Amino acid sequence: MRGISKRFLGVTALEGVEFEVRAGEVHALMGENGAGKSTLIKVMTGVYTPEEGEIVLGDKSIRPRSPDDAVKEGISTVYQEVNLVPNLSVAENICLGREPRGPLGIKWKALRARAEKALARVGVEIDVRRSLGGCSIAIQQMVAIARALDVSAKVLVLDEPTSSLDANEVTQLFDAIRRLRSEGLGIVFVTHFLDQVYELSDRITILRNGQKVGTWNAAELTRLELVSQMIGRDASALDRTISAASSEVNAAKPFLTAKELGREGSVNGLDFEIKPGQVLGLAGLLGSGRTETVRLLFGLDSADKGTLDLDGVSIRHFGPKRAIKQGFGLCVEDRKAEGIFPELTIRENMMVVMQAKQGWLRKIPSTKQKELATDLTGRLKVQPPDIERQIQFLSGGNQQKALLARWLSVDPRLLLLDEPTRGIDVGAKFEIMSLVERLRLEGKSFVFVSSEIAEVVRSATQVLVLRDRKVVGSLEGNAITEENIVNAIAGEAV
Amino acid sequence: MKKNLPSWFWAVAMLVLLLGFNLFFTPGFFGLHVRDGRIYGSLVDVLNRAAPVALLSLGMTLVIAARGVDLSVGAIMAVAGTVAACLITRPKDTPFAGIDLHGSVLGIVLFSLAVAAVCGLFNGMLVSFFELQPIVATLLLMVAGRGIAQLFSGGQIVTFENPAFANLGKGALLGLPIPIWIAASGFGFFTLLCRGTALGLFVEATGSNPTAARYAGVNAGRILLTVYVLSAVCAGVAGLIGTADIQAADANQAGLYLELDAILAVAVGGTSLMGGRFSLIGSVIGALLMQTLTTTILTRGISTEVTLVVKAAIVVAVCLLQSPIFRQWSRGMFVRARA
Repeated sequence: MRGISKRFLGVTALEGVEFEVRAGEVHALMGENGAGKSTLIKVMTGVYTPEEGEIVLGDKSIRPRSPDDAVKEGISTVYQEVNLVPNLSVAENICLGREPRGPLGIKWKALRARAEKALARVGVEIDVRRSLGGCSIAIQQMVAIARALDVSAKVLVLDEPTSSLDANEVTQLFDAIRRLRSEGLGIVFVTHFLDQVYELSDRITILRNGQKVGTWNAAELTRLELVSQMIGRDASALDRTISAASSEVNAAKPFLTAKELGREGSVNGLDFEIKPGQVLGLAGLLGSGRTETVRLLFGLDSADKGTLDLDGVSIRHFGPKRAIKQGFGLCVEDRKAEGIFPELTIRENMMVVMQAKQGWLRKIPSTKQKELATDLTGRLKVQPPDIERQIQFLSGGNQQKALLARWLSVDPRLLLLDEPTRGIDVGAKFEIMSLVERLRLEGKSFVFVSSEIAEVVRSATQVLVLRDRKVVGSLEGNAITEENIVNAIAGEAV
Repeated sequence: MKKNLPSWFWAVAMLVLLLGFNLFFTPGFFGLHVRDGRIYGSLVDVLNRAAPVALLSLGMTLVIAARGVDLSVGAIMAVAGTVAACLITRPKDTPFAGIDLHGSVLGIVLFSLAVAAVCGLFNGMLVSFFELQPIVATLLLMVAGRGIAQLFSGGQIVTFENPAFANLGKGALLGLPIPIWIAASGFGFFTLLCRGTALGLFVEATGSNPTAARYAGVNAGRILLTVYVLSAVCAGVAGLIGTADIQAADANQAGLYLELDAILAVAVGGTSLMGGRFSLIGSVIGALLMQTLTTTILTRGISTEVTLVVKAAIVVAVCLLQSPIFRQWSRGMFVRARA
């Protein structure tokens, strides 16, 4: 096998990306959100057909039109979420859709033998008659890989295979991957964990904004270089951008204090204070524990380590309802799944928090609802300003503004913004950023999560840097620069 | 952009169509006459017979809006009816022998409805607290409910004489049968409850996006509990009407399959079975539509075997008309046919 090369001159997602996987290597594909990793993988595995470019496997040009097609050609994929049937047996899952058949239906013995063989290749020995749902996530992941190997795969694509595994399971998985590499398989490995990239991969390709930045041998690329290439800043030539003046913030008295706050398997070692008028930025790559931190603060997960004090009183084991009562608000990362009520109107979407706070008996009179919603719609420039329109018909940016309005209606003291600018256009981004600054000057506090380091630098008065679900650095005042953040993410001394 | 039609538009259209058909082809359908201070006629009959399903559909609307379904309402009707009958007759060797309500109709009604509410609480607990799938959770009582009712009645059909209580099913007020008044007040009560308070918004929010509702501080668990209790109480009222009407409680037959009629009424009325937006008036219209259909077929002397088929056809038609895909598709067919 000579490897895959592919050109693809699409307008948006990918632009002329070349990508090559050699037999017997683990090739890490890196990039921030929206860099084009998943598009590239989907092209490779036949989910999308590229407008331009070709895929060469071995010495043959292939054009997979569906995932099934790609599998037949020898490109198998294991996705982040295990896509298997939990209540079938392990063996059935491995052979599903291609069971060995005889005159009397499925040959169960042959099927089990085949499943055992496939599992042996990844070094797993279990009873293949067990139902898959009863196995650990790691085993399920292995079964998914075994399934991918059951067809004679030449290329194996692993899309974030480790995100739901613990440390031991990761080791187990990596052993399996190394074994397959030695068998001559080409393995494409997508992950957000930097340590894992260096532990496993031979070469690294970085994508940014749908373009290929380059391919390096893993040994020749420093972490710092890797991170700055991913986020598109030359670490050595960064301006020392100075963030919002924070002297008056420092003088204020903190109302929320976290000490060694953490949760097993989630995020650890959170130490910070939040003062009125402060924007605490959380920087780090995806999967570094940013969202987990926000979840702890909003009471969606409960901390099992450390303490959290609000106004000098320790709070623990609280839910979102109490968090809201305490004056917290949360703008979630995934607006669609966890934020909006799609078929309800803009007005109803805005009023729900305030109404929930008042209780169901004291309904906000409809004239007051209209007044409030119209006012918020105007203040945040929600387009169209028709408060009786279903929110699902709004653009992402306007949905986000409506969700911010939902929280502003109850005048929170601390707003947790998880990727508030994700997937919205530049204009709306700018409006949301300036709104945060304006509210900050009014004395509101924020926890601000963003993958775009420039945004964090611009708005934060203090930045916590997270890596691999731990806080690895804290920057304040003049120290908040892109360079320092990048250094901290990469694990170099600040 | 065209203004959106209300979700119950197609149900009303079909009802009007059906009434129009009757106006021209079923002589005497609109005829009303007064006898002994009571109004008689097919229209009154439709309203009277639709009352139990209309009541069920009110509770069912909220349950469905909250992404659930309540299959146990038919069985709860039987439970409530049996409890009421036993409270009146107080058969020996049953727990009811020791309960003396001195024949108070109000006492009997409240006691029976309380038992129904407990059934709803059980459903609600299973769904909200233990997170069972609603269809499974309510299937339990759908099956077991009739068994419980039989335990109460000792496996017998309980007949009773209590003219005051029988009035609930057979009596009249201002010329109209009492069940019509009960269903109408039920509708008024639910409308007030949902739109006069924030309950409607919370139910819609919970059904539309349960995660988002929780994050917005809505106590989704308590909302679920509430809607299942309301649904069960509605079923209880419907069960009392049925028992009072025949002055007997039959644990096996009372309310049989009515849960399905109620779900149909909700679906026909334009409330999405996926949860979210709901329309109480739509569900009531849906219940009326189906009863009008049944009565039409009966008064026209078409054999009753056909009833179910015709009913199904109409329901399919209304549901298809609500589907945007079907409308687009049929419009496409129409345009092509003209071209």
